[in-house]
Amino acid sequence: MPQTLFEKIWNRHVVLHEAGKPALLYIDLHLIHEVTSPQAFESLRETGRKLRQPGRTFATMDHNVPTDPRPFKILDASSRRQLDAMVENCRDFGVPLFDLESEDQGIVHVIGPELGLTRPGMTIVCGDSHTSTHGAFGALAFGIGTSEVEHVLATQCLWQAKPKTMEIRLQGRRGPGVTAKDLILYVIGQIGTGGATGYAVEYTGEAIRALTMEERMTVCNMSIEAGARAGMIAPDDTTYAYLRGRRHAPQGAAWEAAVTQWRGLPSDAGAQYDHSVVLDAARVAPQVTWGTNPGMVAAVDATVPDPCSLADPVARHSAELALEYMGLRPGAAISGLAIDRVFIGSCTNSRLSDLEAAARIVRGHKVARGVRAMVVPGSRRVKREAEARGLDVIFREAGFEWRESGCSMCLGMNPDILRPGERCASTSNRNFEGRQGQGGRTHLVSPEMAAAAALSGHFVDIRTWRAKP
Amino acid sequence: MKPFHSITAVAAPLDRPNVDTDQIIPKQFLKSIVRSGLAAGLFYDWRRLPDGRPNPDFVLNQPLYQRAGILLARENFGCGSSREHAPWALKDFGILCIIAPSFADIFYNNCFKNGMLPVILPADAVDELFRAAAARPGLQITVDLAAQSVSLAEGRGFHFELDAYRKQCLLEGLDDIALTLRHEAAITAFEARI
Repeated sequence: MPQTLFEKIWNRHVVLHEAGKPALLYIDLHLIHEVTSPQAFESLRETGRKLRQPGRTFATMDHNVPTDPRPFKILDASSRRQLDAMVENCRDFGVPLFDLESEDQGIVHVIGPELGLTRPGMTIVCGDSHTSTHGAFGALAFGIGTSEVEHVLATQCLWQAKPKTMEIRLQGRRGPGVTAKDLILYVIGQIGTGGATGYAVEYTGEAIRALTMEERMTVCNMSIEAGARAGMIAPDDTTYAYLRGRRHAPQGAAWEAAVTQWRGLPSDAGAQYDHSVVLDAARVAPQVTWGTNPGMVAAVDATVPDPCSLADPVARHSAELALEYMGLRPGAAISGLAIDRVFIGSCTNSRLSDLEAAARIVRGHKVARGVRAMVVPGSRRVKREAEARGLDVIFREAGFEWRESGCSMCLGMNPDILRPGERCASTSNRNFEGRQGQGGRTHLVSPEMAAAAALSGHFVDIRTWRAKP
Repeated sequence: MKPFHSITAVAAPLDRPNVDTDQIIPKQFLKSIVRSGLAAGLFYDWRRLPDGRPNPDFVLNQPLYQRAGILLARENFGCGSSREHAPWALKDFGILCIIAPSFADIFYNNCFKNGMLPVILPADAVDELFRAAAARPGLQITVDLAAQSVSLAEGRGFHFELDAYRKQCLLEGLDDIALTLRHEAAITAFEARI
């Protein structure tokens, strides 16, 4: 029977499955970070359990690290305690750690692919909802809670109920100025924040095939914002070209053998999904979120919607609360909204190509008066490569802050936060109330749109932007 | 883990959809390295006014609901981050059961790992419970896991569905890891094949 990409990976990882129970699934790669792992290690100590497979576990520090020039002293005592605990836990349990001195440190979902740890056909988990990012390689990757982190550390397995499958087909070609971020924001706007709950999503179609690996990561990254268990894209030559030669990728004959095996992963012709959604990429405009979840999104040339136009009372009430929090009036032009802050970074949009795209807009311009703009590379490697291309100079000359790598203002666990009432154009993934700082107002956009907003002081339709020659 | 059988408690109505885990427990409380004491951060931004005083309008600040054991919620409750601090904070406050038309996947799963019961009821049933809670503030609800029922004192009741395996684990308070390690041989055999 023809199988989907998801089914092939699932079936190959079932250790055991008794009728009426979830399956025991083997986990190939477990990524950990300082925020969701300390309680798991503490329980291992209490119960006297060991790590089953230290070689399948890798740790980084990302969520709460300051992005000031290194070395620095971490002033926040609780952040320091958490980072110290990570060092101690990795040492005691034998887990390789990319700490703040490591050249490989960075956001967990940026460094996994960079180091070639993330590969097609794998099962990958991490105590972080944006683990869906790794699905861009044709892996089954999903976020877990701390109890499950402990479970994987102790057993290298997880009990999992088999999710249903959903195909999201983006047919046609996207227009100029429309990025991977716009495609995924549009998808979430169409199917809603709970639209994919219970499903492993596979993105297919011409517009998906045309994406680079880094663009595919942006798409899969935000699968969780539609509620999906996982988001995946079948591997192809784009995937193999990205992986070839990376530190943990197979080398020589093993590489050829791996590619041969990976070529068998894409969904078979005629494979059935439990649900299918077909969308036209050509209809997608650059997107800007106006509300307090990623499904509250509109085209940049649209206006802030009127809650009165919503028939469902729960949705209407929700939109009213969102507009109140965001300080927006129904009918206001989105492109006219003035901003105070710009954040280019996060596991959604902090890779080299994201920074290059933003720098193309920024080159030769200045950040608008009154706007504070920052660029936070996703990893130290991204930062080095960007600097080798002179991107740091372009950003700095324009008035951007060029910072060290980490999750930074995506969730504001470190000192990078919004003040109450500040409006931010952000390339991150969540516009929840208070996400970037209590009272802060987040609008999710692509790196190009964030860059243009920084220079203009308000949102701009990037399709009408003219870069300086 | 402590087994969960049933609960009869005051149900606090939280009438908004898509309540995300950043609201349930904001980032500044994620720096803890223990599981306890997180009630102080529960719905922190909603429980306080901008000047830091308690917000008297927020449901869990009202005297009637300070001992709530059940939370009545709307669709897609617990969306967003995978932080298990969200169920830890609810549990630390005393809430062991959340009733909603739908939950985000990771949050739903995390509840079971902590001896908490997330109950999915049809939207119209949840609506009815919200109306009952509005008509009689401080309303008590009984949730019986074995019977898979939600009932009000006057006899109105609803049946809910859940996975039989999750139910058994919760009723018996099973330690997931101990359960898995019984299959050590199967895991070792699997590892030998890959």
